[in-house]
Amino acid sequence: LRKELPERFRDYKHVWVLVEIERGKVHPVSWELMGEGRKLADKLGCQLAGVVIGPKAETTKTAIRQTYHYGADVCYIVEDEALTDYRNEPYTQVLTDLVNKYKPEILLLGATPLGRDLAGSVATTLQTGLTADATELAIDDDMCLGATRPTFGGTLLCTIYTLNHRPQMATVRPRVMAMPEPDTKRSGRMIWDNLRMKEDDIITKVLEFVSDNTSKEANLAYADIVVAGGMGLKNEANLALVRNLARTLGGDWGCSRPVVQKGWAPAERQIGQTGNTIRPRLYIAAGISGAIQHRVGVEGADLIVAINTDPNAKIFEFAHLGVVADALTVLPALTDAFARRLGARALAS
Amino acid sequence: MNIVVCIKQVPDSAQIRVHPVTNTIMRQGVPTIINPYDLFALEEALRLRDEYGGQVTVLSMGPPMAEDALRRALGLGADKAVLITDRRFAGSDTLATSFALTAALTTLAEERPIDIVFTGKQTIDGDTAQVGPGIARRMGLNQLTYVSAIDSLDLAAQGIVVRRRSEGGVQVLRSKLPCLITMLEDTNTIRRGTVQDLLRAARADVTVWSAEQAGVEDPMKCGLRGSPTVVKRVFAPSPRAEKAEMVTVEGKTPAQIGDALIDLLFARDPKLEAVVTAAAR
Ligand SMILES: Cc1cc2nc3c(=O)[nH]c(=O)nc-3n(C[C@H](O)[C@H](O)[C@H](O)COP(=O)(O)OP(=O)(O)OC[C@H]3O[C@@H](n4cnc5c(N)ncnc54)[C@H](O)[C@@H]3O)c2cc1C
Ligand SMILES: Cc1cc2nc3c(=O)[nH]c(=O)nc-3n(C[C@H](O)[C@H](O)[C@H](O)COP(=O)(O)OP(=O)(O)OC[C@H]3O[C@@H](n4cnc5c(N)ncnc54)[C@H](O)[C@@H]3O)c2cc1C
Repeated sequence: LRKELPERFRDYKHVWVLVEIERGKVHPVSWELMGEGRKLADKLGCQLAGVVIGPKAETTKTAIRQTYHYGADVCYIVEDEALTDYRNEPYTQVLTDLVNKYKPEILLLGATPLGRDLAGSVATTLQTGLTADATELAIDDDMCLGATRPTFGGTLLCTIYTLNHRPQMATVRPRVMAMPEPDTKRSGRMIWDNLRMKEDDIITKVLEFVSDNTSKEANLAYADIVVAGGMGLKNEANLALVRNLARTLGGDWGCSRPVVQKGWAPAERQIGQTGNTIRPRLYIAAGISGAIQHRVGVEGADLIVAINTDPNAKIFEFAHLGVVADALTVLPALTDAFARRLGARALAS
Repeated sequence: MNIVVCIKQVPDSAQIRVHPVTNTIMRQGVPTIINPYDLFALEEALRLRDEYGGQVTVLSMGPPMAEDALRRALGLGADKAVLITDRRFAGSDTLATSFALTAALTTLAEERPIDIVFTGKQTIDGDTAQVGPGIARRMGLNQLTYVSAIDSLDLAAQGIVVRRRSEGGVQVLRSKLPCLITMLEDTNTIRRGTVQDLLRAARADVTVWSAEQAGVEDPMKCGLRGSPTVVKRVFAPSPRAEKAEMVTVEGKTPAQIGDALIDLLFARDPKLEAVVTAAAR
């Protein structure tokens, strides 16, 4: 399979991460990727760069400083009023121009609405490979990027390579990689470039931004404690058992994909490859079999508890604590037991 | 209005089985469906046609049996169906897929210019959401992804206003035709085809094109050869090194199981108790 890397790609070097800024805020996935990118760059013995694209504004300056704190050695910066809101056209132009000029060997983006919109355009323009929603990134013996993601079917993973093209591109979902500790003493080099486009040349205009007032999705992904239910709960009404336990613990609740497909819960409650990735301190999964697409969304949890009637369920292969029992009776009992203890504690203090 | 909707035939994932010994996906006998996300794109296209006139063509790349999916789309009200099928398309990644689909779209546009290309948000099998942006880029169409609603369309001025889902909110975008729209899920409900549609679909011709007929000039850019990504390893995830600790349940009431589980939890992570107490307040 491996061919010689064509001559024109030999000088592609360094790992890049797109720093995603939307409405002045950096998406946390960019820092998660910076942490991961740092490991890849160290393994390759090369530099880690952040690509910061935005308006000339204080928020952009802050993003540049933070990019070093989270591990970058270099920042490629393009500031322009036309880059105030994300739009495909100018962002694609900026990023492809930077790649063609400075030649990174790896380019990583968050699998967010912005990242996915942009990555597809940039990879197509550059005619290179792009792996979607990777859950693991690693450098192999040939110094190539292997990006692993679940395959359909529910039990398998596959590792995808871009062997003969550069850069090697991948998107990664929020919360899949751990958030690194920022080091506020770090700083680095800045390389400035320009947008070769005027506002008048850009066809698409942003008329308005209607902000969501509830950010339920963000809560679930960032919750410390998550309780979730799967098809083992049998019906929509029984999901209340999951919500009750979550409420007692002050956590959030979620579910597996078929529960959403059945219409028992809204899509933003789904946990897994095509839903939310979570990294709570405690994850309690009730009546969930543990298919790979579910597993990759919860593996970052510190402590996983599985309640399942089937002792051979896949979920016991990655849970820390297991209970082989009927979730319909254990969930309410557990909720009561927690309530009793927390009540006693509250009285004692 | 000339609209093309790209649809992919996918296995009905709920019914996929993995061979217990070889760990390979058993496709045989697995029913196929139109990628569910594509139905939102198709419905939106049909609505625009009903309001502004014109035609809706459905286009798919796939094996000969993908004709079923196209025929189903005709039954839902599409006017015309094109299947591009060729052994040389086999093994396409997203770059090669957008290449082949773009060739066919370009050929269709020679007959009659295309105003809007629709795709679904993503598929349920490959699930990359990359083909839409790939087509837009190759054809130079204005790219409008994750669209939840089309607010207005002005054919004379070639103007379009859409709502696009983005992080933490919705962007209201004004753009121009021709454009490519990837439609968000749950934004509309696919109609049931009329009896006439169903009858027409049963008899209709699905146009079937080979790579050449689709207008592919460089077959090296198709299929496996045209795909920069390579799947090198397929494997089962490894169990955790340390096996799950099982709570003994025999002879215990649910309440006792609950207590035992909490003891184990707090023993494993002593700080958890404080986290829970703080959060529960
Ligand atoms: C492209 C793709 C993407 C996907 N993305 C996701 C995703 O993001 N998230 C996701 O979750 N899935 C996803 N899936 C689906 C995934 O493959 C599984 O089908 C799904 O996770 C199974 O859900 P489940 O465990 O709730 O149901 P099942 O697999 O039906 O399992 C139900 C479990 O409940 C147990 N049970 C039954 N009765 C009881 C009881 N009374 N008490 C306790 N346990 C009981 C059973 O033993 C069984 O283990 C995806 C699939 C594909 C193809
Ligand atoms: C498990 C798995 C993982 C994969 N991972 C990758 C990967 O990381 N990178 C990569 O480049 N390829 C990957 N592929 C290959 C990829 O699935 C194929 O290239 C496929 O032809 C299109 O991609 P998609 O299914 O992800 O479609 P998406 O990009 O998710 O589809 C978006 C929309 O494009 C349209 N569309 C897609 N395919 C067709 C078609 N054949 N005919 C008509 N319209 C279509 C539909 O409207 C669809 O809603 C993977 C395949 C599998 C099975």
